[in-house]
Amino acid sequence: MNRGNVSRKAKTASWLSLEHLNQELLLSMVLVVLMAILTIVRPSFISSRNLGTILLDSSYVAVAAVGMTMVIVSGGIDISVGSMLAVCAVVGGLLAKAGVVTPVAWLAIVLTGGVLGFVNGALVAWAGIPSIIVTLGMLSVLRGSVVLFTGGSWIRNLPQGFYVGQQSVLGVPVPVIVMAIVFATAALWMNYMPLGRQFYAVGANRESAILTGIPIKRIQLLSFTLNGLLVGIASLIFATRFTAIQTNSGIGFELQVITAVVVGGVSIMGGSGTILGALLGVLLLNVIGNGLIFLRVSAYWFQAVQGALILLAVVFDIVRKRRLGETL
Amino acid sequence: MSESTAAMASRSKLMGRRLVNQESILGVTLLLIVFVLSFMSDRFFTPGNLLNITRFFVEIALVALPMTLIIISAGIDLSVGSTFGWSAVMLGYAWQVWGLPLPVAIGVCLATGAVAGLFNGWLIAKVKVPPLIATLATLAIYRGMALGISQARPVSGYPDWFEFFGQGALGPVPTQFALWILLSIVVMIFLARTPWGRYIYAIGSNMQAARFSGVPVDKITLAMYAFSGFMASLAAFIFVSRVTTTRADAGTGLELDVIAAVVLGGTSIYGGEGSILGTVLGVIIIALLRNGLSLAGIRGDATVVVIGTVLILAVFLNRQLRGVEGGAR
Repeated sequence: MNRGNVSRKAKTASWLSLEHLNQELLLSMVLVVLMAILTIVRPSFISSRNLGTILLDSSYVAVAAVGMTMVIVSGGIDISVGSMLAVCAVVGGLLAKAGVVTPVAWLAIVLTGGVLGFVNGALVAWAGIPSIIVTLGMLSVLRGSVVLFTGGSWIRNLPQGFYVGQQSVLGVPVPVIVMAIVFATAALWMNYMPLGRQFYAVGANRESAILTGIPIKRIQLLSFTLNGLLVGIASLIFATRFTAIQTNSGIGFELQVITAVVVGGVSIMGGSGTILGALLGVLLLNVIGNGLIFLRVSAYWFQAVQGALILLAVVFDIVRKRRLGETL
Repeated sequence: MSESTAAMASRSKLMGRRLVNQESILGVTLLLIVFVLSFMSDRFFTPGNLLNITRFFVEIALVALPMTLIIISAGIDLSVGSTFGWSAVMLGYAWQVWGLPLPVAIGVCLATGAVAGLFNGWLIAKVKVPPLIATLATLAIYRGMALGISQARPVSGYPDWFEFFGQGALGPVPTQFALWILLSIVVMIFLARTPWGRYIYAIGSNMQAARFSGVPVDKITLAMYAFSGFMASLAAFIFVSRVTTTRADAGTGLELDVIAAVVLGGTSIYGGEGSILGTVLGVIIIALLRNGLSLAGIRGDATVVVIGTVLILAVFLNRQLRGVEGGAR
């Protein structure tokens, strides 16, 4: 297929050189242009305070998007992340409330995510249930459990040291630092480590992955478990950023994360997409959300704009691939 | 090795078909549930209660009919909840803000759903966007339309005659239940006995092969998604008539209930397999569980946990009993 591309490249080289315009480059360009326009219309948009807000709002979505990228790239999907977020946050909050030492409560949040991710992965890889069914079921099971367990009440007045998400190191908010570390590690791992590359192999073609000797069940299990741990980290940021933990937190979070990942150019069919793309997707969605507020557009229109954006991103990707002669 | 396992799988699949098909498993499950629930609460197994339950599940059940067709064709429609909300909003908006007569407003509501569905179908059949992504995007767009147009302001104060569709009855049978039974039979015959119905299975089993065999894949796809949108708006109309208020958040999460019912009914999420009878049983099982558990004094949150577990278990057991091997998606 690569050779076919090369020969086509020569033929279509004049056509705006689409093959150089990959999703990441395109997203970066859109992001820059959008921010420039917003700055011209409303100069206060570019203030460091507002940019900080955008980064803070992006942080926990971005961390979860990294995990979602791993799952989708390896051919699965996880729509239970919103409910997982609530479970993790509530577990941490209840432990902290019960007087457990703060670092242990933090660790519990992350590990809860890991355990839930492992359960998802085990049901997909070992029981052989399609991931969309497993995580659809878990979405209701986990959400119902949280409400049952807490009776729907909020968790507040935790010890002051618990709120690590509100602190900064050298002027940089902790959530942004966490996001940067997770992003850098995952991007390098997915790009250069053999195990990371196997995710792509499993998602692109299961049969050939099996024939190559890749342990596909273990890879699937790993992708869901890592996703769980990353949702755990996202929950840690989420739970320690605001003063109250609500039991309905994270409703619709799965859509936010999947949207960002898809806008970032990760193929829902598995096998292609990058961590950088996912991060750019998250940033773009947050810049648009923030920009709409600056343009004083009613918040009720935000969802429609977001949806239109996914469509644009996906349709562009499809048109580009068709031009390049790739099979869909 | 792979040959012998494939042969074994197909043999056990054949045997499994003969011994246990999905509908009979569901039928037995249904009887068990009715049996247990009538022990847990003596108010459960009464004609009054059973007929009353139907009012609450018809909205899900109506949307489950086209969803069955779509999932059999290896597609999915995540936007039904938002189409439901948008259509409901348009009903209220056309009536109160545009000042149209109510019957015309109902027409606007149904047209909104059909257009929303057609747009989904166009994206999937013509632009070739994968169904999961196309309807994920329109889920956001249509909900955004509902919120943006109404600015989240509810509409109420509908006239009395309007309540007939959601609260009235034909004899002892609630109006919407009669409508659903009628439509289920029509769709059942369509799917099992007409060429287009059988083509849907062909598309779900192997779209390339269906296309090469001259099946009008694009037309059928377009029609199915348009039907789905239309049914979502029909359900929205009945819902508005039942609760006599239009809200922009109506139908949030409806897609999950509908897909759960269809999959519980034995329709394969990979496409190519499924039946309307299975979906009907799936819908009824979920509705009875909801109602029965709440009559037995179990909280709604626990019911959600039970339904999620039942969904995962049902798919797992179905695969085990019938020896199906498949990919993970």
